[in-house]
Parts: sequence; C-alpha cells; structure tokens
Amino acid sequence: MVQQTEAIAPDTQHETPQEVVKSLRDHGALPQWRLMWRQFRRHRLALIGLIVLIPIYFMAIFAGFFAPSSADTAHTALPYAPPQRVHVSAEHGMFVYGYSSTRNQETFEQTFTVDKSKIVDVGWFVRGDEYSILGPIKSNIHLIGPTKAGEAFFLVGSDQSGRDLLSRLIHGARVSLSIGLVGVFASFLLGMLIGGISGYVGGRVDNIIQRIIEFIMSVPTLPLWMALSAALPGSWGPLTRYFAITVILSLIGWTGLARDVRGRFLSLREEDFVMAARLDGVGRTGIIFGHMVPSFASHIIASISMAVPRMILAETSLSFLGLGLQPPAVSWGVLLEGAQNIRAVATAPWLLTPGLAVVVVVLAMNFVGDGLRDAADPYK
Amino acid sequence: MLRFVARRLVWMVITLAAISFVTFVVIKLPPGDYTTTVIANAEARGQDIPDSQIAELKRHYGLDKPFIVQYLTWIKGVVLHGDLGQSFAWNQSVASLIGNRVLLSMVLSIASLLFVWAIAFPIGIYSALRQYSGGDYLASFLGFIGMAVPEFMLALVMMYIGFRYFGQSVGGLFSPEYADAAWNLGKLLDLISHLWVPIVVVGVAGTAGLIRITRANLLDELHKPYVATARAKGLPEWKLLLKYPVRMSLSPFFSTVGWLLPGLISGETIVSVVMSLPTSGPLLLGAVKSQDMYLVGSFVLILSTLTVIGTMLSDLALAWWDPRIRTRFQKG
Repeated sequence: MVQQTEAIAPDTQHETPQEVVKSLRDHGALPQWRLMWRQFRRHRLALIGLIVLIPIYFMAIFAGFFAPSSADTAHTALPYAPPQRVHVSAEHGMFVYGYSSTRNQETFEQTFTVDKSKIVDVGWFVRGDEYSILGPIKSNIHLIGPTKAGEAFFLVGSDQSGRDLLSRLIHGARVSLSIGLVGVFASFLLGMLIGGISGYVGGRVDNIIQRIIEFIMSVPTLPLWMALSAALPGSWGPLTRYFAITVILSLIGWTGLARDVRGRFLSLREEDFVMAARLDGVGRTGIIFGHMVPSFASHIIASISMAVPRMILAETSLSFLGLGLQPPAVSWGVLLEGAQNIRAVATAPWLLTPGLAVVVVVLAMNFVGDGLRDAADPYK
Repeated sequence: MLRFVARRLVWMVITLAAISFVTFVVIKLPPGDYTTTVIANAEARGQDIPDSQIAELKRHYGLDKPFIVQYLTWIKGVVLHGDLGQSFAWNQSVASLIGNRVLLSMVLSIASLLFVWAIAFPIGIYSALRQYSGGDYLASFLGFIGMAVPEFMLALVMMYIGFRYFGQSVGGLFSPEYADAAWNLGKLLDLISHLWVPIVVVGVAGTAGLIRITRANLLDELHKPYVATARAKGLPEWKLLLKYPVRMSLSPFFSTVGWLLPGLISGETIVSVVMSLPTSGPLLLGAVKSQDMYLVGSFVLILSTLTVIGTMLSDLALAWWDPRIRTRFQKG
C-alpha cells in the first residue's frame, strides 16, 4: 500500500492544474513536424522500419566502400560457389576457407566443398578494386575483404559467372532504392498538378480528369508496362534506360496520388478557414499554396511514402522479366533474373537473397508509411 | 437503375475504344516493326534478306500503310468479324492462339479473387472485432509480409520447396499425361490439383491489402451511434454485428473488384511466366519482346475488356448490396 502511493506520488505532483495548462500550451506552440514526430515515435514498427532503412540507404550511397569488390569482378572458375563462413582463430586472425571443386564426370555439374587447407585471410579496411565515392573522389579501401586483393571472398555465394553476390547486392541497392524515390517524385509532380486542378477547378474539368484516371486504373498494369518497356530502344545506355523506366512506372503511379489530392482539395474548399481567407481578399494562388497545400501536405507525404515501395516492387518485377534494366546495369531485379530458372535456384538457393533484400526494404517502408499516415494528423 | 446501367454501358464502350487505341499506339512506339525482328533473326543465322522481300513482307502484313489506316483495319476486323488479326511470329490467327490461354488466365484470376475474399473477409472481421488481440497482431503482421513479397518471389520459393522437399515440379497446370488430352473429368481434377499453388501465390498480395481495408472499415462502423442504439435495444451481440456493421463493412467485397482484378491479372501474368503455366503470361511476354503487334494488342485489349466488364458487374452488385449507393444511383 505504502509502496503504491510512493509510486504514484511523483505523477500526481506533476499533474497540478498549472502543469496541465502549461503542457497544453506547449503542445499548441510546437511546430507541426514536432507533433508528427511525437506521434510517429509511438508507432513502434514504424520506428523499427526507419532504423532498418537508414543504414541500408547509407550503404547504398557508399556502395563502393561497403562492397568487398566491384559489381563486375568475376572469378570465372567459381560459378555458383556457396557462401563462405568467416572464422576467427588465434593463429590466422579472421579468415575464410577456400573452395575445392570437383566435376561430376556424367552430368558435368560442378560441386564445391570447403577446402580446409586453403586459408584466405580477411581483414577490415583492405585495399581492393578501385571505386569512386560521390563522383570525383577515388579510393580502393573496402570495409571488409580478403587481405590479398583478388582472392575469392563470397559471403553470400557467387552467381553464374563467379561474381560476388554480396557486392552485387550492395551495388544494386543504388538503383533499386533510388528508382522508387525518383519515380515517386515524378508521379508526385503529375499527381499534385492534375489532382490539384481537378479538385480546385471542379465541374466539367474535374469530370474529364476523373474519367481519364479511372481509365488508366482499369488497365491491367503489368501487360501495359511490359508493352511500354519493350518499346524502349535496345541501343539506349543504362542511364537513359533507368530514367525511361522511372517515367513508365510513374506514368501509371500518379493516378492514386491525384485522386488523393483532389479529395483533399474538394473537402478543404468548403472549410471555414478557406472561406475566411477568400473574404480577406487573398488571391487564388495565395489560398492554394498559402493555406490549402500546407494543411494537407502531411497526408500527401504519407501517401507518397506508401508509393515508394510499390515502385520498387514494380521495377523488380519488370527487370526480373528482362524488360526493365538490362545487364551490365545492376539492380535487385536484374540480379533476380538469374534466379528465374528453378534448376539454378535448386543448386544455388542463395541467388534468392536479392529477393530477401526487396522484402526487407519494402516491409520497412510499409511500416514507415503506416506510421507517417498515423502521424499525419497529430491533432487527432 | 436502367438508366444507370445504360450510362455505364456507353461509358464502357468509350473506355474500350480508348484502350484499344492506346494499346495500338504503344505497340507502334518502338522504332521499326515486325520486319526488323525478321531481319535481325536472319542476320543472326548469317543470312541476308533482299530489300524486295522485306517490302513484300511489309505489304503482306499491311505495315506500309499509314498508322491510322492500320489501326482502323485492325479494329474493324475485331468489331465486325471478331477477327483479332494474325500473329506474325506464329503465323496463325491470334484468336486460335490465345483462346484457351485467356480462358485459363480468367479462371486463374477469378479463382484467386474468390480465394482473396474467402480468406480476407473472415480475418479482417476477426481482426476488427478483436482489435489489439494476439490474432489481430498476427493478421496485421502476415498482411504486411504479404504486401512486401513480390509474386514471382513467392512463386520461386514455392517451386523451390516443392522441388527440394517433395521432389516434384509444381510448375504447369497439367500432369504430363493430361497435357494434350481432351477435356474429361480426370483432366479437370488434375487441373484443380495443380491450380491451387498459383491461386495462393497470386492471391496473397490482394489478401493482405483487403484484410487491412476490411479491418479499417469495420473499425469505423463499430463506433457509430447506430451500433450503440441496437445494443441498447437488447439485440443479441452476434446478430447485431452481422446484420449492421459487418454488412456495411462488406461493401469492399464488391467495390474492390475494380482495383483487385487488374492487380490479379498482372500478378497472374508474372507468376505464369515463372511457373510456366499455359496462360496468357508467357505468350504475352514473348510477343512483347518480338514486337508481334497484333498478338500484344489483342492480349491487352482482351484483358482490359474483361477487367472493365468485371468492374461494371461489381458496381451493379454493389448497388444491389448497399442501399445507400442504390439511392444515390437512382437520384443521379
């Protein structure tokens, strides 16, 4: 009994009427983004999602440093080599065992076994393939890798040409993670513009735009994407192709956003504060950008954050079918193309790790988006 | 109601005309045409095709005519004779090539739709009624995972498990002995025993989305005053729940067809490519890659038509189910 009152005491002290009033006043004085952050922090899964995403994006930006080798370094003698385990011993420090391969004389299938007599020393901050950071800065230091450059070091196995899957995974993250952002930015511009016009002007214009949106939504997306990306000339370089794919993805992705913006505009038009601004003599652009847009910006951010993972999935699917990015460009979808054949997957199940990366990233993004949506309305 | 149906029908025809035109534009976008593929193939074999023969090919397929003439010829054939044109690569009429495949695609999509409904609604309703229970958290978690896993990935994993642990290939829709057989009961049963894997794979993402929608809708309804009124009147809890809020929350049962169906068809296309199912997916992919334009156009046209019809039927069903929407239609 005594213990309980002691435990409660600090709380009751805290909630004197003056304190409550003060905390309420603080609440009102906080800028909206602080309130959103407060709400967001309460969504535990969203917070975990954010904690997962930040290092992954960081790794993608400095891919050259985090990847043990470049994306194209191939050990042609070691196709489909299984993942290695890092061992630590007092004698050798950190090391992995090398491979010895035997070829089945009947099926010509190559099988790898761990060869304990071959020891590959592994170290932190080793020198290896040269890469450039953020454009001009060149370096050849890698976070982890074999101390003797050029040795095989496959932490998650190798692909059909004996390239390190982990390095390709990290390099591929750049395209896979950025294509969602770039694509969403494009559909954001389209969606804001068209949805805004539709919602603010209303009437006949609104009707026509809505019919067009319904039309686009009623077409099965994948066949259309397939047809559009097959239309890209094969002579285009990887960078042009990358932008073409983002445009194709966002051409269809903007519709949902446009509907959202329109709905917000329609409901806000009737709000008292808009009427007040109009009576106050504020011009049309002033009302739209000074009063209406800020009041639904958080909702738009939330629905954008839900669109990014969808774009990533779409790019992965297209590249998987061989219609998106083409090798030598590296993205998770391109990597998964190598896993299209069930026999390849059966001999080298680690080829599916890019898929696992996609799932983790999309899951984390969905959680963050969910948290943002809850936080978008902090006054609720 | 009749006026509503008539207006929707008119709108549907306009939509389809637009879809067919857009499809045709998209097919014509790439530089070159089918003869480019023929020339490339011949060069790959080390042959050289004389220009006169190429011109002959172009005349034969009507590729030398202006764009709009080509489109009108094609669409005239489709509307007047049900003739979808010729597939260049297969040298067959498109109709004979895709008839069975589109049918199987539709069977697969509709079966997936039923699967999605059968799984998503009970779980969604349960999640809402027992909000924050263990089951609710589990459903939400599985739902998120379902939305994050690409269909082809799931297909690959299923195939890998089947291959690795059951020693059988789960690809295809028929066992070898039935593949070319005529339709009979045995073949039908064989189809059903193969079909469930792709149905589950295609339906997972839609199920995850629908669970969340149903849950959110029902949660909105549960706190409305009419529920409290019914409870105050002493209606048994289960009867009250089933008769009012659950009924209202089941509206997406119909209204989701519009966005669920295009998604399922897309999912079906890619899953079929991975699992090599004899549906439209693999053929469409090949046709897209070789610029076999009438084949691609017909596929997109047929799939879109079926989607648009499905959406309209679902609108009608929604009007029948939900009195609020019915009155809105009758007024407008």
